[in-house]
Amino acid sequence: MSEFLVGLPVSSPLLVAAMVILALALIPALVRVVRGPSIPDRVVALDLMASLTVGLLLLLGAVLGLLAIVDIAIVLALIAFLSTIAFASLIERRTRE
Amino acid sequence: MIEILTGLLALAGALFMLIASLGLLRMPDFYTRLQAAAKAGTLGILLVVIATGITLGSLSALLHAFLVSLFFILTTPIASHLLGRAAYLSGIRPWVFSDALSGRYHPITHELSSGQAPQAAQPTNGGAD
Repeated sequence: MSEFLVGLPVSSPLLVAAMVILALALIPALVRVVRGPSIPDRVVALDLMASLTVGLLLLLGAVLGLLAIVDIAIVLALIAFLSTIAFASLIERRTRE
Repeated sequence: MIEILTGLLALAGALFMLIASLGLLRMPDFYTRLQAAAKAGTLGILLVVIATGITLGSLSALLHAFLVSLFFILTTPIASHLLGRAAYLSGIRPWVFSDALSGRYHPITHELSSGQAPQAAQPTNGGAD
């Protein structure tokens, strides 16, 4: 499989370029996570980082031709949604008391 | 031919997600950051999902892509709405000069009332950062 990974730029260079752009897009979201002034800023940035990782996994599955990676992406999206809901509920409950 | 088409779709989706990330970094307010991340991020992930489904090509892959896109369309507005509500109730004010919600909700019980607003055009002193 590693030889197939080495041969990536020949097979589908546009998908690899999209993966590189997605990996670069992780950096500003990470900056916002580190220096976000409030907790909801950090939660939004973490949600966007999870979406970026889902996109990276989907494109990896498309490049390698493996459908199982798409299942991993579905599970990651579900966990990110649930964690965002939990953080929102936590923020709201903490201010209510 | 179809490889170039799906590659361009994936590239457009990745660029939209990069724009969402830059908007998250550069926007002045929590709520503007929220809408930048939600809308552009959803469009980007949908384009990437469509490109993945067409690239893999089988019926199972297309069903997976349909499920992922349906999941994102359903869950992203819910998460954004809950986060915006929690942020407003926890005291983060939007970076505008007239807050349409000010004076319309009870600060203890968080009950909204649509009646007469006592002070509609109260200037707020900016958002955080």
